[in-house]
Amino acid sequence: MQWDIVIGLEIHVQLATKTKIFSGSSTAFGAEPNTQASAVDLAMPGTLPVPNEQAFRYAVMFGLAVNAEIGRRSVFDRKNYFYPDLPKGYQTTQLDHPIVGPGFVDIDLADGRSKRVRIHHAHLEEDAGKSLHEDFHGMTGIDLNRAGTPLIEIVTEPDMNSAEEAVAFAKKLHSLVSSIGICDGDMSQGSLRFDVNISLKPKGSDELGTRTETKNLNSFRFMEQAIAHEVERQMDILEDGGRIIQETRLYNGDRDESRSMRSKEEANDYRYFPCPDLLPVEIDDAFIESARVLLPELPDDRKARFKEQFGLNDYDAGLLSADARLAGFFEETASHGKDPKLAANWVLGEFSARLNAEDKTVTQAPITGTQLGQLVTRIADNTVSSSGAKKVFEALWNGEGDNADAIIESQGLKQVSDTGALEQMVDEVLANMPDQVAQYQQETDPKKQKKMLGGFMGPLMKASRGQGNPKLFNEILLKKLKG
Amino acid sequence: MTISREDIEKVAVLARIRLDEEQIPALEKDLGNILSLVDQLTAADTDNVEPLAHPLDAVQRLRPDEVTESNQREAFQAIAPATENGLYLVPRVIE
Repeated sequence: MQWDIVIGLEIHVQLATKTKIFSGSSTAFGAEPNTQASAVDLAMPGTLPVPNEQAFRYAVMFGLAVNAEIGRRSVFDRKNYFYPDLPKGYQTTQLDHPIVGPGFVDIDLADGRSKRVRIHHAHLEEDAGKSLHEDFHGMTGIDLNRAGTPLIEIVTEPDMNSAEEAVAFAKKLHSLVSSIGICDGDMSQGSLRFDVNISLKPKGSDELGTRTETKNLNSFRFMEQAIAHEVERQMDILEDGGRIIQETRLYNGDRDESRSMRSKEEANDYRYFPCPDLLPVEIDDAFIESARVLLPELPDDRKARFKEQFGLNDYDAGLLSADARLAGFFEETASHGKDPKLAANWVLGEFSARLNAEDKTVTQAPITGTQLGQLVTRIADNTVSSSGAKKVFEALWNGEGDNADAIIESQGLKQVSDTGALEQMVDEVLANMPDQVAQYQQETDPKKQKKMLGGFMGPLMKASRGQGNPKLFNEILLKKLKG
Repeated sequence: MTISREDIEKVAVLARIRLDEEQIPALEKDLGNILSLVDQLTAADTDNVEPLAHPLDAVQRLRPDEVTESNQREAFQAIAPATENGLYLVPRVIE
């Protein structure tokens, strides 16, 4: 049987506020356990929550960035469940009146298609603490520093139909929340966590199947694997005539296996009700406008601008615009380099490859966009060949010189473009290779001739100690060989 | 309105309250009475009434994003039954 895959996502995004959503405790990462857990965070009797204005501003910025309606009046509710890392015995969240209403995000797919994924809503809520299950004499350790960290939970419609689409959406969302500065985007620290709802239905059917939820995926790779794994698991069950149970599953990326966490049918009865400790929050036009002015250029707008301003193709513009820091680096490179397309190639090629290889972020790169731009200029004006440019890049990266010109000079990488000198070299090389010259001149297939031409380039580059301009060599060769 | 024994047992589990067998009949009666009261409220015509999120007719004040709390771990942990390395210790939870 053929199946349609239906995927919806829930994404928890930690907001980059200085303090918690309901208390003035710091949210700085890496503090000693429980040193950032105040009486409010610990749910001491008699304490009252006071919401953080910045959390609302960030949530509104997100809403504006995904073309959503902003909830003018948002209400907090209590979601009741018991777990030791949730001191109050309930999570303060928003159920019926979230801060962000319906919106959408457009994603680009590998085959060039674009797809719209609808956002159902996004609401503000608090994060829980952390449970440490290492052995403390048979007990569990609780660190409540994270308790009360502001989150927005973004809920999509089930608009994705493959792992590729889900991952493309996740990456787009990651790019968006980091670009607008409401989240540090550090997935390894849990700043973004993805829950994936997956169901299958017979191909073409309108009726959705029973879904499962795979929780807490914190890397794009695990997300892709977890979806593939769960789709296969459900397919096996359905094709054997079985029934999918609505449940929450945990995926273990290291072992590529999943297990049931709890069955939602029976265990989860959250008994939501409006939180009596908090009044409704009203968001007025002035507040929305104050959030709007904080929005930087959005990745989609930046992509359109890169295409227009620099003449980049859709693919390169997409890659360069997704990450604000990479985009900034590229703009600096392009503004100092004569050729924006060449600048794009170097930023996406050599530069990105080096960052990946050394596991560095753009801000940790040892070279600046200005330095790379100067190098790009020297490639564009033929001062240095592309192989010479790689040596210059290497030297810049390793701090063996401040700028491309000085390195080209000191390492003798300047390309020889003096036609007279080059012609002389061609004459000498050809004189030493009479057989190959004769062979070339007898060949009638232009493709084979082209290939044979390469046979002369090696000796020429050697004769010029790698400094001859290959393009000029090529032109001179063609002319001379034609006879 | 009546409430079943199963409902009472389920609510007790959700609230983490241990019930003795002999407590259940009294709770059936008490909770049944409360639900009857809710039934009476439900009978009121609320067609043109907007649901109330809070009894006070006021709007929530928001707080600027500034750190106002300091580390008081020692004071808080002085009343905790068990702590170690700055962590609160609780009976082992495994899910």
